[in-house]
Amino acid sequence: MIRKLYPFPTLSVFLLLMWLLLSGFSAGHLVLGMVLATVLPLGTLPFWPNVPRLRNFHKLVLFVLMVHWDIIVANLSVARRILGSPKKLRPAFVEVPLDIKDDFAITLLTSTVSLTPGTVSADISADASRMLVHALHVEDEAVLVDQIKQRYERRLKEIFEC
Amino acid sequence: MLETAIAIAFGLFVVAQLLNLYRLLRGPSLPDRVLALDTMYVNSIALIVLYGLSSGSKLYFEAAMLIALIGFVSTVAVAKYMTRGDIIE
Amino acid sequence: MDIVIEYITAIFLLIGGVFALIGSLGLVRLPDFFLRLHGPTKATTLGVGGTIMASLVYFSWTEHALHLHEILITLFLFISAPVSAHMLAKAAMHRELKYREDTRGKPWKQ
Repeated sequence: MIRKLYPFPTLSVFLLLMWLLLSGFSAGHLVLGMVLATVLPLGTLPFWPNVPRLRNFHKLVLFVLMVHWDIIVANLSVARRILGSPKKLRPAFVEVPLDIKDDFAITLLTSTVSLTPGTVSADISADASRMLVHALHVEDEAVLVDQIKQRYERRLKEIFEC
Repeated sequence: MLETAIAIAFGLFVVAQLLNLYRLLRGPSLPDRVLALDTMYVNSIALIVLYGLSSGSKLYFEAAMLIALIGFVSTVAVAKYMTRGDIIE
Repeated sequence: MDIVIEYITAIFLLIGGVFALIGSLGLVRLPDFFLRLHGPTKATTLGVGGTIMASLVYFSWTEHALHLHEILITLFLFISAPVSAHMLAKAAMHRELKYREDTRGKPWKQ
């Protein structure tokens, strides 16, 4: 029964929090937010073909914190490269083979890669088995591939178990 | 103290906007111009938040949010148009 | 205490401004489109992020209540910025834009 009413519990909680952030906390908005958190996932149910179950919430939190840290660190190094001579840059298109199969997890992975400055995900192959990444400066492609796979992909795999 | 910091931040963002404007006018390719426009809307969000901070008003938050929404949709629409020659296939 | 909050706000503002400027500087200085794509990712993450953090700290202090409104803007930008960068990169590859000769690897055919 509860499962039917709330097909995506995490999404519902997220929507409620969003609503309270957007309109401020009050009893009325709490009720309205709860209505929205119930109605919106039900209404958009057909648009979500197969959503992976979130297995490890605390790992997701750790992942988000880690990505924020990486963004700050990478920002500093990219800022140095932009201010330095462009001739010293060693740009590259790097292909990263993907182990995760789930669409949502792949979206999260590409977003993470693009958010951390210095790398931008440029394309995903049609069968979702490879990702094309453009890097601002890379000494060794293998190291970059390894970093993306070990640091981000492995953790996403643990979070969603896909 | 805070006034000075706000003024400096305004200056930094304005120079950033001018640099974006240069790229927007200069091109050379269409994606370059769209990228410049995309950066301009992101920076204008920061400028609006800054203005709200300097005037001590929270009302500008909604405007910043709207620009974020509209800017994203338009960038994606134009990028889609450049790849496919069509926005909705 | 007020002075501490003012300092924190000021530092966040300056961080935001400096990184937005560096991002735009990259947009102007770097030699090809794919390299220029890296500039704005910074403006969105740390540039706007810094300004938003400043506003968050400042309004939370002046109103004596946690003021998390602005987080939504950063959240939305964090979701949307990678998507627009991805779409623009795809568009650039489709148009077969030139990239610097010493770039290793090749873009994919669109």
